[in-house]
Amino acid sequence: MARDDYEVVIGLEVHAELSTKTKIFCSCSTEFGGAPNTHCCPVCMGMPGALPVLNEKVVEYGVKAGLATNCEISRNSKSDRKNYFYPDTPKAYQISQYDKPLCENGFVEIEDDEGNPKTIRLLRIHIEDDAGKLNHDEFGGGSLVDLNRAGVPLIESVSMPDMRSAGEAERYLRKLKSIFEYIEVSDCKMQEGSLRADVNVSVRKKGATEFGTRTEMKNMSSFRSIVRAIEYESNRQIDLIEEGGVVEQESLRWDDVSGRTFPMRSKEDAEDYRYFPDPDLVAIRLSDEYIENIKKNLPELPESRKQRYMSELGLSEKDARLITASKYLSDLFEGTKNVCGNAKLSANWILSDISRILNEKEMEPDQIPFTAEQLGKMIVLIEKGTISSAIGKKVLTELFENPNDPEEIVKANGWIQISDESAIKEVVMQVLEANPQSIADFKAGKDKALGFLVGQAMKATKGKANPQMLNKMFIEELNK
Amino acid sequence: MNITELTVHELQEKIASKELTVSEIVKAYSDRIDEKEKDINAFVTILTDDAIAKAKKIDEKINNGQAISGFEGIPIGIKDNMCTKGIKTTCSSKMLENFVAPYDATVIENLNKEGLISLGKLNMDEFAMGSSTENSAIKKTRNPWNLNTVPGGSSGGSAAAVAANMVPWALGSDTGGSIRQPASLCGVVGLKPTYGLVSRYGLVAYASSLDQIGPITKDVYDNAMLLNLITGHDPKDSTSMDLPKPDYTKALKNDVKGLKIAVPKEFFAEGLNPEVKAKLEEAMDKYRSLGAIVEEVSLDISEYSLATYYIISCAEASSNLGRFDGIRYGYRSENGETLRDIYFNSRSEGFGPEVKRRIILGTYVLSSGYYDAYYKKAQQARTLITNEFDKVFKDYDVILAPTSPTVAFEFNSKSSPLEMYLADIYTVPVNVAGLPGISIPCGVDKSGMPVGMQLIGNKFQEETILNAAYTYEQATNFRANFKPEFKK
Repeated sequence: MARDDYEVVIGLEVHAELSTKTKIFCSCSTEFGGAPNTHCCPVCMGMPGALPVLNEKVVEYGVKAGLATNCEISRNSKSDRKNYFYPDTPKAYQISQYDKPLCENGFVEIEDDEGNPKTIRLLRIHIEDDAGKLNHDEFGGGSLVDLNRAGVPLIESVSMPDMRSAGEAERYLRKLKSIFEYIEVSDCKMQEGSLRADVNVSVRKKGATEFGTRTEMKNMSSFRSIVRAIEYESNRQIDLIEEGGVVEQESLRWDDVSGRTFPMRSKEDAEDYRYFPDPDLVAIRLSDEYIENIKKNLPELPESRKQRYMSELGLSEKDARLITASKYLSDLFEGTKNVCGNAKLSANWILSDISRILNEKEMEPDQIPFTAEQLGKMIVLIEKGTISSAIGKKVLTELFENPNDPEEIVKANGWIQISDESAIKEVVMQVLEANPQSIADFKAGKDKALGFLVGQAMKATKGKANPQMLNKMFIEELNK
Repeated sequence: MNITELTVHELQEKIASKELTVSEIVKAYSDRIDEKEKDINAFVTILTDDAIAKAKKIDEKINNGQAISGFEGIPIGIKDNMCTKGIKTTCSSKMLENFVAPYDATVIENLNKEGLISLGKLNMDEFAMGSSTENSAIKKTRNPWNLNTVPGGSSGGSAAAVAANMVPWALGSDTGGSIRQPASLCGVVGLKPTYGLVSRYGLVAYASSLDQIGPITKDVYDNAMLLNLITGHDPKDSTSMDLPKPDYTKALKNDVKGLKIAVPKEFFAEGLNPEVKAKLEEAMDKYRSLGAIVEEVSLDISEYSLATYYIISCAEASSNLGRFDGIRYGYRSENGETLRDIYFNSRSEGFGPEVKRRIILGTYVLSSGYYDAYYKKAQQARTLITNEFDKVFKDYDVILAPTSPTVAFEFNSKSSPLEMYLADIYTVPVNVAGLPGISIPCGVDKSGMPVGMQLIGNKFQEETILNAAYTYEQATNFRANFKPEFKK
């Protein structure tokens, strides 16, 4: 049988670090980075006798995430201990939620590979604490434990096995990321590890009713690797079955360099986490009023922004959809539009040049180094005629390299547009003198010649001449 | 005047009237510890030098005419499972033999705020697991009444030090009887508060849903005073209750007229030493003569409570003690190259046999496939036990029971762990139901060893049991009639 006879089944467990100021069970800072073991206290270091106290903001953020993904919010949930030994887990257990998660039975809408709407169901979202980090061999041999991340709050969103291709999995994860960004519960910076996914993959013959045995690829933190890993792993499983083999349920590690998956541990070492209710914490009881209040104050979600961009700002459906796919792009768009007052130009810059540079640099929108104010000011400079659009592109490149006030960039590089009439006239005369053939062509009715002449003038001024003035003056001179 | 025989309320009077200086008091205790520690072995860490220096400063304050608070300069002993900043907290385990906590437990903060002076950290069964203090990896504490017998446990160091006048009072912790049973065996007063009354922050956890810190004192009045110092809501402990804070000494009315005392017949059946039983029956008569109503009731829980207790406490312990892995603090084995070996060897070498037994038991009852049969069932039994107590408290104010089936027993006399577990048969149900219980001495047996009586109250009814205990104490005056003899 061919690969086309198989169906790939994918489910995702997505961990998002919440952007609360303090950790989930103590008042230490959640800030990323910092010298090792400086954002720690007896509680998150698991010192003997220290006790956890649940950060109420974490519950609030969890409920927000649940509401934004159409979940039922549990009025009565609890915390459970997941016991295992590892040096990045100082208590020797993670405080998670086992049988009573905060949110259950949600869904998000994505598009399938044909562009048709598709619903991906969410089994649950629960709250838990993150582990610390191990630094291997960084300081001359051995491993060192950094507990700054230990106790940073996470939400784990578990999908149903509803995805059928790597593309769907990517779009689901992008959608989830975008929702969490919009409701401001997580900054979802994958490069900082604040959004990670465990990817479950199985295959089955098309039309089969039972699922195949799944494997789980742990801790994936880039869209590209997730897509590659799903493609590799599903093909590996299909080949294995085709060769008469059996897929084993196991945890795998995806290696980006070799483009392969490797087993993380053998089956004999399978962990028994011995979940039980954490006796140090009390039940989480939420009133209808509390949940209603959070619902009322949920920030605007992408769908609503999209509609507003279309109806109020006159963007096309496609442009509005592309911009609202990322909260960072959407926020950049709104900020830019507010500074320059031109929604269409703002959208054009974001969807053409900025998106192209992001692609070239393999960057995510959240990595854009400049501010909306800077982009807005640049557009203002173009509109005022201080710089041309061509110079604008140069300014944008500079904004990606060394973000600064566009006016400063323009000044420092001597990019101010030449709008002085006598200076322009001088260039026009020089160009005309050097290109008699073009004059003849123009007079013979070849309009293209004008474009050529303007191009020559731009070249001569290194793009700084005001193109409208050039155009006007060439026509005047040629018609004399 | 023998300073170390005085109660704390007597010491307070002597300081206030300038009959005694704080330095004199601390010096007297320092001398007493020097004299008796070789026999009793109550201390893991002795802090008398530091205490003498602190006493001097307080005396200077007094001499300068500055006012001092009621407890400034009062010495105290601390069970070695409460974290003390800069001072070792060993839990009497090889695992934490050199562990110095970077912070103070909330109860320690409270005592420091009041100006109490710590004389040292007191011995215990390793990680509070045991009923004789024989499980200490540090030393063997002896019972001051008879040095060949155990002081009880796990707060054996605390109870023995109070009984031997080496500290005027002490803090213990009680998970299944660890304050009341040693108090009973050492002839002193020990109270386990209602679960949630005293902050557990900084108490090295044995079983989180059962552990409570409480006072061990010479008399009931001191007990009420020390309880005043350690209770109160702590935002650092989610299980600590936010309730109005009474002055427990105000509850000591010396009057039990009309008090309804229940005597559960199941607590007086097979297994209870006849001499202990006889003393408790005398105590019931005493209560009747004081105007209380004493009636027999049925509280049919003893069959389940020990099993329930050991399943829940071991399950929690197996998880709580996971953090002792030799990585960040505590004992790390010299042997082992791989991470797994370091874990395995550090824990194998660092924990004693009873701790290992309970970790294994707890790991087993939580493991997949057994959870429902053990842990879940134990939680259900826990609810039933609590309901049975509730029924009794509908009609009665106090439950009167033995604290321990026997008086203090000899070292190495329990032939199996199970036999040792039976020493807690009358105390564990109180922890399982989260109730307050106090043990006070009610006489001595023929060999002169103290017998303890346990008074159990409804949740947060410490005032009721303290008054019942106080009234009995005033009428019988155990301390005037009996003293530890340090029999060899």
